[in-house]
Amino acid sequence: MRNQILVLGSILLFITGGIACEKMLPKAPADDEILDGPIEGLTPEQHQLFLRGDVAFNDEIFTTATGLGPLFVATSCGTCHAGDGKGHPFTTLTRFGQTDNTGNHFLQLGGPQLQQRAMPGFLPEQIPAGATFSRFTPPANTGLGLLDAVPDATLLSLADEKDADGDGISGRPNWIARPAYTTLRPGTIERNGKYIGRFGKKAAVYDLMQQTANAYSQDIGISSTYEHYDTYTGQEIDPEISNQTVLDVVFYLKTLKAPVQRNQSDATVNKGQQLFANIGCDKCHAPTLSTGPSSIAALANKTFHPYTDLLLHDMGSGLDDGYTEGSATTPEWRTPALWGLGLSKKSQGGQYFLLHDGRAKSIEEAILLHSGEGQQSKTYFQQLTAEEKNALIRFLESL
Amino acid sequence: MKKIIPFFILALILTSAAIAQIDPSLLRRFPKDTTKPTMNMDAVYNRPFLQVGKLPVALGGYVEANYQYLSEDGISEGHQFQMRRLTLFVASTIYKRIKFLSEIEFEDGTKEINIEFASVDIELAPLLNVRGGVIMNPIGAFNQNHDGPKWEFVDRPISATQMLPATWSNVGFGLYGKKYTDNWVYAYEVYLTNGFDDKIIANSENKTFLPASKENKDRFEESFNGSPLFTGKIAVRNRKIGELGLSYMGGIYNKYQEDGLTLDKKRRVNVYAIDFNTTIAKTNTYINGEWAWVNVDVPDTYTEQFGRKQQGGFIDFVQPVLKRPMFGFENAVLNAAVRLEYVDWNKGTFKSTGSSIADDVFSIVPAISWRPTAQTVIRFNYRYNWQRDILGNPPSKLAGFQFGFSTYF
Repeated sequence: MRNQILVLGSILLFITGGIACEKMLPKAPADDEILDGPIEGLTPEQHQLFLRGDVAFNDEIFTTATGLGPLFVATSCGTCHAGDGKGHPFTTLTRFGQTDNTGNHFLQLGGPQLQQRAMPGFLPEQIPAGATFSRFTPPANTGLGLLDAVPDATLLSLADEKDADGDGISGRPNWIARPAYTTLRPGTIERNGKYIGRFGKKAAVYDLMQQTANAYSQDIGISSTYEHYDTYTGQEIDPEISNQTVLDVVFYLKTLKAPVQRNQSDATVNKGQQLFANIGCDKCHAPTLSTGPSSIAALANKTFHPYTDLLLHDMGSGLDDGYTEGSATTPEWRTPALWGLGLSKKSQGGQYFLLHDGRAKSIEEAILLHSGEGQQSKTYFQQLTAEEKNALIRFLESL
Repeated sequence: MKKIIPFFILALILTSAAIAQIDPSLLRRFPKDTTKPTMNMDAVYNRPFLQVGKLPVALGGYVEANYQYLSEDGISEGHQFQMRRLTLFVASTIYKRIKFLSEIEFEDGTKEINIEFASVDIELAPLLNVRGGVIMNPIGAFNQNHDGPKWEFVDRPISATQMLPATWSNVGFGLYGKKYTDNWVYAYEVYLTNGFDDKIIANSENKTFLPASKENKDRFEESFNGSPLFTGKIAVRNRKIGELGLSYMGGIYNKYQEDGLTLDKKRRVNVYAIDFNTTIAKTNTYINGEWAWVNVDVPDTYTEQFGRKQQGGFIDFVQPVLKRPMFGFENAVLNAAVRLEYVDWNKGTFKSTGSSIADDVFSIVPAISWRPTAQTVIRFNYRYNWQRDILGNPPSKLAGFQFGFSTYF
């Protein structure tokens, strides 16, 4: 009888002790410690769309059987954007063949993007002789829907192409040709048949539909109704992905939440925030933007804090790779959003790979690589005390 | 292959009908203490069978089902009840030293139906047996010795099923034999079979994944590339110390030519494994482990996502705590056990940074098992996994509770 009680006791202790003890199950990370998850305010129907896009983006792995390649960079969307965060040099994109606003002169030789990987039996692409190139580290995906919903007029109001205020900062939009399959956003402003691009390192992408269709084509070698040319043969081929899947991914990207700032009440962080403004970082890394109308109610008329103006700025010769897109010049780069910066290491394998090509291994190094329109702020940063520099970096890490 | 299954089921039904019409006293059950260590290569025959009178056919099988509640990074799929396996054995002594044994497995209900083993064994001498048919490649120990009721854990080892492709069966032929001395048994097995295909580096797991080749059901009918897969194992067992096995499996995995046209160079997959088991006499602690290394010739121009080298294994410690009659079961045993597991699916460094590629998992599984008889086990497991992605980002943590049974019938 004693034995039987012992057996039953062991079993019951194991089961009830375990099930009752939530501590034995892993906790969900805090909302401000991760980048993935939907924006607040979606309807149950929109949650279903979000989940469909989440699966297509993070779980769908392409193989030869499902259309991968034959030339490619990555086998899935999630490969380049682990946890929806910034990417790793392992999946850095290489673009080549354009030096000015006359367009890419290497399109017939595989431009604009290098597919450096290939299915067995195929030779990967090489950068053609004479082509300049630039490497792009995959960006974080979060908050893209909010950035997409900022009216063009807001971006133009932030621009100062002729530096009329004399502060040395002269942001301007990248005026680009818009693919026919994109949808004009409310209040779109057109100039000579060109539109304001806002996504990509050079702001050469109009919206998330173009971004998604391009990425399937150029990164994974998946043709779609929208981008139907095979990157290997250059020939028009059947779609290898359904329109619905592309639309699901676009919805997912639009409705990913914005990164949540951490340690907002920390005195050092607050001091760093003040210094960020004092030394003029906020002239390009605009702290606050607002959305206009949107077909997704959760995105409409929201104020948010991305720390970007979505405009092009000349960053000097040090960051001039000799390659460009749209109407941007080669040293011009779109101001990257700084939100989520402090979580980058969690998606980049434990260390920072910052700036457009991941060359900066710390926030301080990234600041010190600014020149051109960022020169003045860099100089001010160099003049800060060690304590002040630390406060500024603590603030940037809180984003 | 699919055509065989209805015949097998029909034979089983007919046999069952015959059983129903005969005197039950003619049914002879050959129970075996399947928890007692024998050599891993004997596992297919070291099972309890039911024989009808003098019919030369014996039947058996096992079933396992479980409940689990797992949570990954705070998100759970809730309470899950699972019918993991129903496996049926049919064995027959065709002549004195000619045997046939088959094993058909229904996994996850009827989601997967596989012939895992269906071989004819002809004993020419103890050291020279010929085996042909669907064989289980003797890589490591678990692939051959995988019956649920033999294990104290609800899940099969990660390294055995997610790195090595257990249960990995193929059509082929080979030889095996054993040599006995006073305290020692020496054994060998060598087989040539159909083998892997290029799914091992082109699959939805986004990693080099040998089990992806199990999706190719055509391998029971034709080789993917016409090149045989060699599997060989040597093992030695001492009655007092335990068993040690060394095994190798290798061959060409890709389709390098078709219709006489060259498609690619020949690319090999090589797998090396070591397995051991022992029982510490003083404490009666049973220790069982396996470690394997996988090398795959992945094209340099392919993605580093798919590892060139993998390694991993598991070690189980099973400690009988109570061994006495319980609830009317004369030989009941209560065990405490723990399993430690590790798999690195991509051992190497990134070309771009020189830093280590992660893509690994570590797992610990404490368990309590109760065996009312040697053929039946009721298991309570707690599992905790730490799994890192290829970049080595903070690991996803999966943990939870599993309860289930597994029994021969």
